[in-house]
Amino acid sequence: MHEYSIVSSLLERVGAEARAHNAIAVHRLTVRIGAAAGVDPDLLSKAYQMFREGTLCAGAELCVQRVEEQWACPECGRTIARGEILRCGQCAMPARLVSGDEIILEQIEMEVP
Amino acid sequence: MCQDCGCGDPEIVPVEVHERLLSANDRVAHHNRAHFVEHGVLALNLMGSPGSGKTATLEAMARAPGANRKLAAVSGDLATDHDAQRLRAAGIPAATITTGSACHLDAEMVHKALHDFELDGLDLFVIENVGNLVCPAIYDLGQALNVVALSVTEGEDKPLKYPVIFRNADAVLLTKIDLLPHLGVSIRNFDDAIARVMPQPRVFPVSARTGEGLDRWLQWLDEKRIRADL
Ligand SMILES: Nc1nc2c(ncn2[C@@H]2O[C@H](COP(=O)(O)OP(=O)(O)OP(=O)(O)O)[C@@H](O)[C@H]2O)c(=O)[nH]1
Ligand SMILES: [Mg+2]
Ligand SMILES: [Zn+2]
Ligand SMILES: [Zn+2]
Ligand SMILES: [Zn+2]
Repeated sequence: MHEYSIVSSLLERVGAEARAHNAIAVHRLTVRIGAAAGVDPDLLSKAYQMFREGTLCAGAELCVQRVEEQWACPECGRTIARGEILRCGQCAMPARLVSGDEIILEQIEMEVP
Repeated sequence: MCQDCGCGDPEIVPVEVHERLLSANDRVAHHNRAHFVEHGVLALNLMGSPGSGKTATLEAMARAPGANRKLAAVSGDLATDHDAQRLRAAGIPAATITTGSACHLDAEMVHKALHDFELDGLDLFVIENVGNLVCPAIYDLGQALNVVALSVTEGEDKPLKYPVIFRNADAVLLTKIDLLPHLGVSIRNFDDAIARVMPQPRVFPVSARTGEGLDRWLQWLDEKRIRADL
């Protein structure tokens, strides 16, 4: 359950950012989580509900944007579906993950004086 | 919100961050990597399920003929010191990183352990991660190579069920192949599953029991080491 340790990194980062802006409160956090990132968005949200108590984020909504897992051939661009052999049938090149491994803090909405 | 008079009502501002959530870990991992590079040590992050044969493979590497590589290791363990004891008994300088309830190692834990080791003169530094196919996958420790130990007893579908750890791996050690005759599974099926989650599959079938396959694995490590030294 590394979602807990991800949430504590999140709260630390947000806390630092909020202090730097002299924020009174945080209203919303936006994160992007890829389908192939190894982070479960539901577990992340649950861990967040638990850990935000008593922090600047106590009243802040966590908005999780999900990103699809997409593979493509770096040579010809042909998409390779998840579950297929990860090699282009035409060029024999190893597929590249185009998107889906994101674990990113995008935006913090905070209330400043 | 007060628009006109400048009375100082609070306002809501969006602050753009666009940064990896694990960037604090990434920074420490980067620092660890600099330590390894500075000392010319090839660092390995050895992951795999509990009991997949991570420690046994290291023991076998110490026994392997022509083993002139200087090897040291740290083992992540929730509660015990067993693995480090086994490794020391096999002649490998080793320490335990006790993780308590944490199900993976992070770069900070490795950094703390690192400063207890004399890295000078080492060829290979192995970080045996906590037995777990999920959580260790996303933490950079500063290693040069990610390796997953997958034992043939775990089932041919494990790569498909735990794709992230295999995608991020540089090599897979398919362990305990001495047991293949008893299991009705084939290396070909493991290879097929791995090729669906790992774009550049590299699989080393090995047995720590018989020593089979260790030569190819060690040769690959030596090649990586030489390249890291340049
Ligand atoms: N037959 C056979 N058994 C093996 C082999 N390698 C390991 N084992 C057995 O598998 C069990 C687990 O091996 P370990 O080396 O402790 O596995 P590990 O991955 O280090 O385990 P944890 O660190 O506890 O997650 C032990 O009983 C080993 O004797 C092998 O090549 N062949
Ligand atoms: Mg072990
Ligand atoms: Zn975990
Ligand atoms: Zn192609
Ligand atoms: Zn240091």
